[in-house]
Amino acid sequence: MKRFIGFIKKEFYHIFRDKRSLFILFGMPIAQILLFGFAITNEINNVDIAILDHSNDVETQKIINKIKSSPYFNVENQIQSEREIESEFKKGKVKAVLIFEPDFSKNLVTKKVAVIQAVTDATEPNVANTIANYTAAVIQNYQLQKKQATISQVKVDVQSRMFYNPELKSVFNFVPGVMTVILMLVSAMMTSISITREKELGTMEILLVSPLKPFQVIVGKVFPYIFLSIINAIVILLLGYFVFKMPINGSLFLLMFESILFIISALSLGILISTISDSQQTAMMLSLMGLMLPVIILSGFIFPINSMPMPMQIISNIIPAKWFIIIVKAIMLKGVGIQYIWKETLVLIGMTVFFIALSIKKYKIRLE
Amino acid sequence: MEKEKIIAVKNLTKKFGDFAAVDDISFDVYKGEIFGFLGANGAGKTTAMKMLIGISSPTTGDATVAGFDLHSQSEMVKKNIGYMSQKFSMYDDLTVKENIIFFGGIYGLSRAKIKTKIASLVKELQIEDIINSLVGSLPLGWKQKLSFSVALLHDPQIVFLDEPTGGVDPITRRQFWEMIYTQAFKGTTIFVTTHYMDEAEYCDRVSIMVAGKIEALDTPKKLKEQFKVDSMNDVFLKLARNIE
Amino acid sequence: MSIKVQNISKSYKTAKAVKNVSFEVNRGELFGLIGPDGAGKTTLFRILTTLLIANEGRASVMGFDVVKDYKAIRNSVGYMPGKFSLYQDLTVEENLTFFATIFGTTIQENYDLIKDIYIQIAPFKNRRAGALSGGMKQKLALCCALIHAPKVLFLDEPTTGVDPISRKEFWEMLKRLQQKDITILVSTPYMDEASLCDRIALIQDGQVLKIDSPENIIKNYNKIIYDVATKDTHALIHDLKNYPSQYSVNAFGEYIHYIDKESDFNTKELQKYLQNKKHINIEIKQAQITIEDVFMDL
Repeated sequence: MKRFIGFIKKEFYHIFRDKRSLFILFGMPIAQILLFGFAITNEINNVDIAILDHSNDVETQKIINKIKSSPYFNVENQIQSEREIESEFKKGKVKAVLIFEPDFSKNLVTKKVAVIQAVTDATEPNVANTIANYTAAVIQNYQLQKKQATISQVKVDVQSRMFYNPELKSVFNFVPGVMTVILMLVSAMMTSISITREKELGTMEILLVSPLKPFQVIVGKVFPYIFLSIINAIVILLLGYFVFKMPINGSLFLLMFESILFIISALSLGILISTISDSQQTAMMLSLMGLMLPVIILSGFIFPINSMPMPMQIISNIIPAKWFIIIVKAIMLKGVGIQYIWKETLVLIGMTVFFIALSIKKYKIRLE
Repeated sequence: MEKEKIIAVKNLTKKFGDFAAVDDISFDVYKGEIFGFLGANGAGKTTAMKMLIGISSPTTGDATVAGFDLHSQSEMVKKNIGYMSQKFSMYDDLTVKENIIFFGGIYGLSRAKIKTKIASLVKELQIEDIINSLVGSLPLGWKQKLSFSVALLHDPQIVFLDEPTGGVDPITRRQFWEMIYTQAFKGTTIFVTTHYMDEAEYCDRVSIMVAGKIEALDTPKKLKEQFKVDSMNDVFLKLARNIE
Repeated sequence: MSIKVQNISKSYKTAKAVKNVSFEVNRGELFGLIGPDGAGKTTLFRILTTLLIANEGRASVMGFDVVKDYKAIRNSVGYMPGKFSLYQDLTVEENLTFFATIFGTTIQENYDLIKDIYIQIAPFKNRRAGALSGGMKQKLALCCALIHAPKVLFLDEPTTGVDPISRKEFWEMLKRLQQKDITILVSTPYMDEASLCDRIALIQDGQVLKIDSPENIIKNYNKIIYDVATKDTHALIHDLKNYPSQYSVNAFGEYIHYIDKESDFNTKELQKYLQNKKHINIEIKQAQITIEDVFMDL
């Protein structure tokens, strides 16, 4: 045990003395969260939408004409009832449906508030968000033009309806995604780099020719990163919660348990990478290309899985991150307990056990 | 007869913070001589050499190398010197020929010139068999000989050799020194560092650096007389011990 | 017998690194593997420290087989790989403490063993290992390899790239360690260090050329070597190489080592030949044979 503690102490010296790894560890999560949260805007043009006008009066007609003439939207269809909304989405032609409430013009005059709902395809929250903003802009513009005439204090609320993301905040989608990416980055890349660094330096030779068992060396190398990854997960959740008002509806305990599970699976991937690479550079490339890209592209973080071609959807099943993102979203947004996500959790446990077994099997007790 | 100075160093100093790695050194190197630049690890040899080849600028002091001022004309200095270090010599994943073409290219040699250079190198070093082999597959001794030739591709006036023979077998080491002699005979100035004290004997003049200063500079023979010992190894030991 | 190597061969993908090597090292002996880079020294060290498995042959350290009993060997030997494998970002003291803990010991417990060496680096104990000079790194690496009081010490090129003073001090340290009943296997490309070992194996291209004590190797060398010097060394080498009965011509410090093919070689004739070639200050005398001479003639 004393040996083990000595080993871990040494690992922490390495981490805290290397400015680069410190930056990756603590700078990156914060930068990424802020980047995704604030800076991502998707320009849109010619988005196909449908319009459901319950009010059907002069005012709404004017607004609809305004929307039609804007470069952002292409009004594909005017539908007659709520029931048609789902079929419109299923056809996949439109990205959003704008719904004018009954008595729109009347409300505008009497209540000084009238409501337009924007129902958007929940699989693309950032697009939905942008559509909502643009709609608001178009209507505000309309308001401004009308201003000198009669009404002066009118507000038009654009509401959006999305089942699990009622406030249409894309950041809710990004927080779990960024958390996944960061945990993968820190756990897999940093461990694989720190193990291969010992190989490059030649210190691995000394460690091998010592009473330390290979198992102890590996656990000693990854332990600090488990610890740091947990801290990272907490930092990300705090940022999400306080800066972006991301709710945590489910059990915090369950969330941490699932995070640790994911961290361990990422760490075993890192060990696996270190067994097949001889230099820090190779380890870095393998982690970036082999782990980060799939996590970003195939996990459903940025591109919705159900809009991917079938082969990609199938491949996405072997990405641990996909399951983790599903789990995190379920816990944070839906607030569900283990009874709803036990399948995903089992998949993740299975993968973790597999990777650990593989990396132990692959780990060499000699140099070749 | 006044010998032509090719390197003139005056009060050269390099400081890292408070620590003077090179502490006010002055010396001259004459054209065509083999100048041995010795010193213990950490004595400041590498720092001094880096300044002379123009990749590190002095804190204070002046130097001219191949007639160019180190401060204002470091690009001209680089053009007129050759450099070979033990660590980096040639690209392991290129063939001998590709390496020569590459290094010839970065020194601005014309295609025709590179072609004749390759032809003459093949003849001189008898390397027909290995000209198309990857450098990485060659024994260390060959690599060192080849990288010396590459350092000379652009006919520099001075060539700086940083521990060129480290780890090389005794026979190749001597062949290497014969190449150095031949080159010096042709008029190229050789500035060489080494840890082999017998090689210090092969130099025309030797300087020994201790703790950032040049503590001795003369021909090997005179240095041995001065310190009343039989070999350069003893000169070195005596000098460094006295200082400590 | 501390180390026993029997007919060891080892190939890598492209090349055969070690070819049928056998030697034995006695307990308490300072045994040197002498040869240039690429001779196969490091491969042999890695086989003996259980890091590599040989393709052919057997080897044992302190009676333990290097393949079967690798755990026992790892528990009891000290190993200093080439390149002074230390943690550059850890201080001198942290490095030493770390290696002590992983071997389940403390600096205090075996301080006697490393005292002589550690005293020299103690003033820098709070400096990062990366900022040490070559000689200091070497001493620290030796301390780290010794901290668990091993019975057998493997030192792979401990003096490469280190200046002559540090090299000399290092060998003095090894001699003292030997007094403490530690068997030492050391490799070096510097031929002049060979004479400091009890016995040596001269090795080149993966083959052992000769095994004996340095004294015997020199004593058994049957050719006569002459020191030759004139004012112009470069021309001298050239002219000696053109002397009809020359066997070998090698520069050795201030002299040229000359060996003649003929048993009735007469220095006067050579003197005359050199005079005719316009050499001045001619000096010819019988030379001290060194290990390097023998090595070059193998």
